[in-house]
Amino acid sequence: MTLLYTEVEEELRASVRDLLADRCGPDAVLKRVESATPYDMDLWKTLSREIGVAGLLVPEEYGGAGASAREVAVVLEELGRSVAPVPFLTSAVLATKALLQAGEKNLIQELASGETTAALAVSMVASPYRPLPETVTVTDGRLLNGEVRAVAGADVADVLLVPVGTALYAVRAENVRVDVVPSLDLTRPIATVTFSDTPGEAIGAFDARRVLSFGAGLLASEQLGVAEWCLSTTLSYIKERHQFARPVGSFQAIKHRMADLWLDVVRARAAARNAADLLAADSGPDASHDAEAVQGRELAAAVATSWCSEVAVHVAEESVQLHGGIGMTWEHPLHLYLKRAKSTEIALGSPGAHRDALAALADLPGPA
Amino acid sequence: MALDEKAIQERVSAFLAEHDPTGDRLEFLRARFDAGLAWVHFPEGLGGLGAPRELQNVVERELADTPQITPGVQTIGLGMAAPTILTFGTDEQRKRFLRPLWTGEEIWCQLFSEPGAGSDLATLGTRAVRDGDEWVVDGQKVWTSGAHHSRWAILVARTDVDVPKHRGLTYFVCDMHAPGVEVRPLRQITGEAEFNEVFLTGVRLDDSLRLGEVGDGWRVAQTTLMNERVAIGGAPVRRGGGMVGLVAETWRARPELRTHDLHQRLLRLWVEAEVTRLAGTRLREQLSAGQPGPEGSGMKLSFATLNQALSGLDLEMRGEEGLTYDDWSFRRSDSVDFFGRGPGYRYLRAKGNSIEGGTSEILRNIVAERVLGLPSEPRVDKDVPWKDLPR
Ligand SMILES: Cc1cc2nc3c(=O)[nH]c(=O)nc-3n(C[C@H](O)[C@H](O)[C@H](O)COP(=O)(O)OP(=O)(O)OC[C@H]3O[C@@H](n4cnc5c(N)ncnc54)[C@H](O)[C@@H]3O)c2cc1C
Repeated sequence: MTLLYTEVEEELRASVRDLLADRCGPDAVLKRVESATPYDMDLWKTLSREIGVAGLLVPEEYGGAGASAREVAVVLEELGRSVAPVPFLTSAVLATKALLQAGEKNLIQELASGETTAALAVSMVASPYRPLPETVTVTDGRLLNGEVRAVAGADVADVLLVPVGTALYAVRAENVRVDVVPSLDLTRPIATVTFSDTPGEAIGAFDARRVLSFGAGLLASEQLGVAEWCLSTTLSYIKERHQFARPVGSFQAIKHRMADLWLDVVRARAAARNAADLLAADSGPDASHDAEAVQGRELAAAVATSWCSEVAVHVAEESVQLHGGIGMTWEHPLHLYLKRAKSTEIALGSPGAHRDALAALADLPGPA
Repeated sequence: MALDEKAIQERVSAFLAEHDPTGDRLEFLRARFDAGLAWVHFPEGLGGLGAPRELQNVVERELADTPQITPGVQTIGLGMAAPTILTFGTDEQRKRFLRPLWTGEEIWCQLFSEPGAGSDLATLGTRAVRDGDEWVVDGQKVWTSGAHHSRWAILVARTDVDVPKHRGLTYFVCDMHAPGVEVRPLRQITGEAEFNEVFLTGVRLDDSLRLGEVGDGWRVAQTTLMNERVAIGGAPVRRGGGMVGLVAETWRARPELRTHDLHQRLLRLWVEAEVTRLAGTRLREQLSAGQPGPEGSGMKLSFATLNQALSGLDLEMRGEEGLTYDDWSFRRSDSVDFFGRGPGYRYLRAKGNSIEGGTSEILRNIVAERVLGLPSEPRVDKDVPWKDLPR
């Protein structure tokens, strides 16, 4: 195990970063999120075709790359760094993890290529530590009724994976109503998904805690990417921006804040790497279900998510402040990062929910 | 052939076959040094094997049940003097000093700070004047931890007053038993005297005790300081160990002390301790080859903040017991005893963590300027000869 990046991971990072630099600069993202189709599905197809990101978690025998959470985390860092509006988290991480866990073998091959995109029909604020709200019911073992709100990636999904109790159902998107709502996060919009006598196919078992904790632990890496971009962008800005005949970055009051932010990000990187490393042991078919291993993974995920989310929000907020007036403008891409960071903070368990979970995971019981 | 974990394990087994750990403690430690198992990343003949630094963990694990060095008293020797001597010392100096330093036969202290030069260390005024093959040292040092039990000191002194402050310094090893060295205890916030004032009056040091070139003392001191910051903040701990472990133990053992507010704060600090620990591990992985860089300052900075927050919470959590103190008697302590003393002591001693080895403000400056590349503040003293500086 290592908390550093391997050479393979650095190569993967470089190819994702190059492609994003070409196709997903701040101006392009801004233009995109103002259009009628906020998700950039061309970019998504290219990322999948050229780099194979859609099938990273999918074993080679099903047409994927057979990689692990470690590589997925690196891709998430880069996607976070450019707030890329692509359904990687929703399709290649959450939906794929749900299918792998359910033991599904067909749909997963379609997802691996990126030609088909799926979304897990759970609210983005679903917590790994609470039962999912039961808003969808099944009759005759095949007809779904009900609605799920705040689903990310639903409007670009070909297939929706719907947990009902402990079972997972697959539903074709054309049979579902998807209403996009105005979202705080412009780069990962959410939608309400409504099922009315929608035919679904039961494809296996669903363990919400395991899938959501896995997703949350990896989301920490996306938050790390967001924080890193904010930190380095702000750093360049305060080196250039002059007031009182000096770069504003030469004032100690600012320098000390930057030093503290840096330290928060350094620790976020270590925490995110640790989570990715431990979750990697849950990526393959031979993942250990040993209680201690599971607890170790959940703990690492809870630590990383709670820390990285708060750091991303804090760094983004400080960045807006340190940019002064420009930080409040629509033209400057900073707001996209603040919106992403803040929305993601409450996704898949808030920092407080993850810390509460540690009470049991780290044996720090609360008052009676 | 590069050494790996297996090769190190074999060496340890071979060593244990020849040396009885239940025999004489000092003899065992000396033999361990000579076998290159003291600090494996040091060169052969100097207590090491020229192996990657992380393999030291393997040695520690294999030799866990044998006689150990006492790192508490030896912190300055192990963490600061040794890497500096290794980097800047002559072969004779390395041979003379490193073995007794490691075994603990000779304890070291650090004569850097002065009443007028703390954060601005390069302003220091202790003079060293050349006299043939010797140097004559006069001046006053302060806050010198452990000077009362030290055999040697690392010392920075001014050898040229006519050049700007950073350029007129020279680095020495100071003989603490030499005539003219006087150590007076300084009682501190905790009641005990861990540090001292040290008066140096006509102290004669042979030129063979100089470390590095004349006038190059600032560069040598930088090596010491960067190692110091890693030594203070970067010690490996296990998950949930160290200060947070201590607080958690009390928390588990005494449910009657728990409140919701304390619980929330404990969970937050537990997370912070864990991410800080992981960052330390990551830093050590990065470092396993080279010398520590300015990033080490970050570790020391977070360690200080965390220790202070945890020791404060600990005291609060204990209610009535938090109003008591274990022992105010004035005594000269050998080392910092966070785990053997009461919560009041821990709270007070932790206040030093953001001052000793560079204050948190100075460390933030270092991170901002040397890691993040932010411009320095306008400096009024950079090009002025030291003797003309306002003091
Ligand atoms: C427990 C303990 C053990 C010690 N052991 C040793 C030892 O063994 N050997 C040794 O040589 N020294 C030792 N020291 C001394 C220590 O290194 C100094 O105390 C430290 O470097 C700070 O210097 P100062 O005390 O003169 O504070 P000052 O430098 O006078 O600082 C006062 C305040 O001003 C702030 N400040 C100063 N300059 C700046 C700046 N540029 N920007 C912003 N803020 C600034 C400081 O952060 C601090 O808050 C020890 C100190 C303690 C507390």
